[in-house]
Amino acid sequence: MARALINVPAKAKRGEVIAIKTLISHEMETGFRHTTTGVPIPRNIITSFVATYNKEEIFRAVLFPAIAANPFITFYTVATESGTLAFEWTGDNGFSATESATITVE
Amino acid sequence: MQRHDDGRRSRRGILKAAGALAAGCGAAILVRPAWATPASMETAIRNVVGAAAMKPGKVALDIPPLVENGSTVAVSVAVESPMTPTDYVKAIHIFTEKNPQPNVIGIHLGPRAGRATVSTRMRLVDTQKIVAIAEMSDGSFWSDTVEVIITLGACLEDVI
Repeated sequence: MARALINVPAKAKRGEVIAIKTLISHEMETGFRHTTTGVPIPRNIITSFVATYNKEEIFRAVLFPAIAANPFITFYTVATESGTLAFEWTGDNGFSATESATITVE
Repeated sequence: MQRHDDGRRSRRGILKAAGALAAGCGAAILVRPAWATPASMETAIRNVVGAAAMKPGKVALDIPPLVENGSTVAVSVAVESPMTPTDYVKAIHIFTEKNPQPNVIGIHLGPRAGRATVSTRMRLVDTQKIVAIAEMSDGSFWSDTVEVIITLGACLEDVI
């Protein structure tokens, strides 16, 4: 299981714009490299990242090999209500990882 | 088709042997696969934008102008938008001119984002132009272009 780090404020005021930072360990092999004997190294990347806030999608990204290893993505959302933010990464070779965080909105 | 593939392989082999003295990325220059060119970047952009006009402005692509290591380049895109349910940024795309593939990332946002700013880290293989495009809820497209100088590109031919 890939290690994922997420940074979501534990508390926020209603309507506040909060920053969300996500980082996941993944080699992001581009598929454009070869071994010394000329054998192509197959592509192995994360292709999709989805963030949901109380099951409603708030952010979605399609990733390409040009994203650096250990994809780091920062974005913003409006703190509307207390609940759970869930994150899901999917990729080549059946890669899938999930992480979640809770937020209290006052 | 098969013959063509065989031809490519043997040509690659010869080039590889010729470049045996050069190490790492140096050899990569001889054997690297077809690159994205400004033309393929144009095609990739057209696939996203369609026939719509793309205007410069509203988008701020923040990337260091001089990068030492192309393997990890911090990049941030901020789009000017009130982010209300009627006027918001729908999508942000980043393209490169000379990476093997022109696409970098495609981001889909909604009015709930509050602020149309995203950052990530990307790979850059060579000194080139980076283009960020924002699609607004009214269907208009805005862009920003930045030229980046790379001292050491993301190596495609690491010895494994």
